[in-house]
Amino acid sequence: MIHRPHVDWFALAPVNALLAVAGLALLTAVLVPRPARRTTAAALCALGYAVAFGFAVALYARSAHGHGVVANAFRRDRFAELAQMIVAGAGLLATGISLRERMRDDHVGEYYALLAAAGAGMAFFVGANNLMTLFLSLEWLSLSLYILCAIDRDLLGGLEAGLKYLIVGGFGSAVLLFGSALVYGESGHLDLAGIASANRPHDALLLFGLAMIISGLGFKSSSAPFHMWTPDVYEGAPTPVTAFMAAATKTVALVVMLRVLRTAFPQEAHLWTVAVAVIAVASLTIGNLAALVQQNVKRMLAYSSISHAGFMLIAIAANSALGGRALLYYLVPYAAMSLGSFAVVAARERELGVPVTFDNLAGFGWERPVLGVAMWTFMLGFAGFPLTGGFIGKFYVFSAAYKHGYTWLVIVGVVATLVSLYYYLGVVRAMFMRRTEDLQLAPIGGSPPRDSLLQSAVVVCLAVTVGSFFVVQPMIDLARHAANALAF
Amino acid sequence: MTTLLICLPLGAALVIWALPLNRVSAGSLAVLAALAEVGVWIQMLARFHFSRGGLQFAGHRNWFRDLHVSYHVGVYAFSVWLVGLTVVVMAACIAYAFWAGRDRTRAYFGLMLFLDAAIVGVFVAQDLLLFYAFFEAMLIPLYVLVGVWGGPGRIAATLKFVIYTMAGSLLMLAAVIVYGLQKGTFDLTTIGTSGSNWLFLGFAAAFAIKAPLFPLHGWLPDAYRESPPEVAAVLSGIVSKAATYGFLRIAIVKFPGPTHDLRTPILVLAAIGLVYGSLLAFRAPDLRGVVAYSSLAQMGLITFGVFAVNDLGLNGAVLQMVNHGLISATLFLLAGMVERRTTTGELTRIGGLARGRPALATMLMTTGIIALAVPLSSAFAGEFLILAGVFRRGWGWAAVGAVAIVLAAMYMLRLISAVLHRETGPSVTDAALDLRPAELGVTVPLVACLLALSAWPAAISGHSFAHHISTRSGWTSYGPMKSP
Repeated sequence: MIHRPHVDWFALAPVNALLAVAGLALLTAVLVPRPARRTTAAALCALGYAVAFGFAVALYARSAHGHGVVANAFRRDRFAELAQMIVAGAGLLATGISLRERMRDDHVGEYYALLAAAGAGMAFFVGANNLMTLFLSLEWLSLSLYILCAIDRDLLGGLEAGLKYLIVGGFGSAVLLFGSALVYGESGHLDLAGIASANRPHDALLLFGLAMIISGLGFKSSSAPFHMWTPDVYEGAPTPVTAFMAAATKTVALVVMLRVLRTAFPQEAHLWTVAVAVIAVASLTIGNLAALVQQNVKRMLAYSSISHAGFMLIAIAANSALGGRALLYYLVPYAAMSLGSFAVVAARERELGVPVTFDNLAGFGWERPVLGVAMWTFMLGFAGFPLTGGFIGKFYVFSAAYKHGYTWLVIVGVVATLVSLYYYLGVVRAMFMRRTEDLQLAPIGGSPPRDSLLQSAVVVCLAVTVGSFFVVQPMIDLARHAANALAF
Repeated sequence: MTTLLICLPLGAALVIWALPLNRVSAGSLAVLAALAEVGVWIQMLARFHFSRGGLQFAGHRNWFRDLHVSYHVGVYAFSVWLVGLTVVVMAACIAYAFWAGRDRTRAYFGLMLFLDAAIVGVFVAQDLLLFYAFFEAMLIPLYVLVGVWGGPGRIAATLKFVIYTMAGSLLMLAAVIVYGLQKGTFDLTTIGTSGSNWLFLGFAAAFAIKAPLFPLHGWLPDAYRESPPEVAAVLSGIVSKAATYGFLRIAIVKFPGPTHDLRTPILVLAAIGLVYGSLLAFRAPDLRGVVAYSSLAQMGLITFGVFAVNDLGLNGAVLQMVNHGLISATLFLLAGMVERRTTTGELTRIGGLARGRPALATMLMTTGIIALAVPLSSAFAGEFLILAGVFRRGWGWAAVGAVAIVLAAMYMLRLISAVLHRETGPSVTDAALDLRPAELGVTVPLVACLLALSAWPAAISGHSFAHHISTRSGWTSYGPMKSP
């Protein structure tokens, strides 16, 4: 007879809330009349994310001592809860950005259902405590995202993006699965702590498995050399989906990478720190150099997200409490900046009806000052300028690297930041310094669509980006408690 | 009060951005805020205890504790003067911009005020990371101010300017992190000295680019030529002083060993910049070019004073920072006024502007005469102190400096004669009026400050370092500072 484990429903509440609204949103596709379908589904999705956020906050407050729940398959600790908060916040904003996306009405129910389902998968992924739940939740969130990428049939490149993501992402998942199998075969344990306690430090199969797990998570966090899908998918997918992926998927992939490496492979730290540092350098190099030559803003942001994966991997490579804090801190302004910048791109896209390039961004800053200033701030934040959380984030990451003895990594990061200035400031240049009259634009006519939800989402992102520069201490306290759950 | 100096312009900037003001009210609000800033500074000056020295008007709040970073601001005697320079020049520049009329008024004045706050912040920050944040924050408005309101070549100019400056700044960021983490604190008043040449070079690179020192001045001619005149005035008048302030406050105080070891190469670069800049200024074909390259030369001279690292040199350097700030701001504003009348700054196309334009002639003449350091002028006092200071490091340096002063006379007199005298240039029409009252209202205060300093240069040179610059500074290796 199978022993039925005790289930801590409260620990699963954020996941379940999102799953519930995913189901309800799916029902709107049949039960709610077409005119009201979009708003109903979106409202449900937003509600789900808001509730999930609330649960995550409550859980954070009541999980001072992290422990495994549901037969130790899932971990209830502040590390997971903080990541869930970021995911839920990102999902909420992504819902707001999605609402006025030009999309046919026939799949809106499914769209929001999948958006909520992806969030649920992510919320579970960050708490996954054994290799099985890890893989399952990874597939759960990935499948939702594959469909979301391709859901808009009218979008040129949407299907291509979905297919590419499916194939490359499927490959990544397979690598992760194979790695998990090797690790299980060698250590005889599925749960992360058990793998560590199996204590077979220099076994070739285990190390091979470790390398494959790192690669698999590297695919999801779009760090080089596992980044090939990123520019195409980010460019082809509907922009709100891209925004959500850039913010949330990267967050969970990095957070889980830190958890797995830290919990399951502490004895191999001397190896994986170097491996992660090398991946970080590769991401910084490839992301920044490729971003330099992009004309399409979404592609540029995709490469920039690759380089930011590099920055955050530096924090993981530091393998210290400071590194954990750096990662968790950095993720907050990073998620806000990514969501915000893709939202601004979405706004321009809706205005013009064509993909946004540096050329047709001209004059945008003056036409829509709020969005322009917000985009400007996001770009400065990505480039690590003060008055944005990006600055403090970089400072923490570099501090962590230095304390670990990786001074060379600091130098690489600094050089990468310098290179990145060219294209980040290029956006500012395009928006503010060129005159609209100089360019042949083809606006689709009429005044820009009113989109107060998108605008408010951008303003929230702006507030988070700038606010995280000023209220560092409370955020660092949150991050410290979360990182301490990993027993540094 | 120090925090007020930062927050006042910042708040005004936010108000201007947020409220739908028309151009007149936005401009006048900006001017009022800038004048209020001057008022606050005068209050500060009046209450500052020069005899006591040390850090005053300090404010301290934790920013984040785990890395020991805090919001710590305060002023030393010499920073009071630099803050004063900033607020006065900024007020003049904002007023000029208001008069000259810039389009997209709200964005423009908001950015100018933001810049004001950032520069003041650099001079009062007593925490390394805070200093760095302000140092970087200066770049944000400057980038847009030059890039949006600049001349035809503005885009290339801003790109060059930003890449140059950020290259230096990021090296400084690496140095800040390493230095602060090594010492366990980022507080400038308590952080100990370091003997690392690499860290010193990290800081020095940032300051040498921002100043700029030869051979890192590649961004200078374009940025100074393409910006609006009042932005060029801010750039050369006060932003460059942030760099020499950095040398003074951080490089030589916190790195006494490397300063000693690397003094000769830095002095050599400063000497080359001094002579080379002067020669370029003498050959420059346009008004702004002369002022821009003279700025390069003057920054070399100030660096001389700083790296003499003795009381004469440092007092002279602070005095000369204020002098040069006022002089080059005035000259750039005057250049803007001339360009407004003649549509060009090319010296061959303007000339004979003195005839029928006594106010313009008087202003340019007075500033020029002070700039070429005639005896009894404040620039003379500053340069004399610097040369006396650097003389103690070797007579050769002083000789180079003296040559440069001769060269300064040459390029300044060439400038004055090319603009004011000679036959009337083809671009000068009778429609080009004398300075308007508003323009006089902007330039006269600046020139009056210069004249006041000429009358009493010891106001600054004798009130900059009452005691040691900081309690744990590295002065002792160079002999104690003399109290005035």
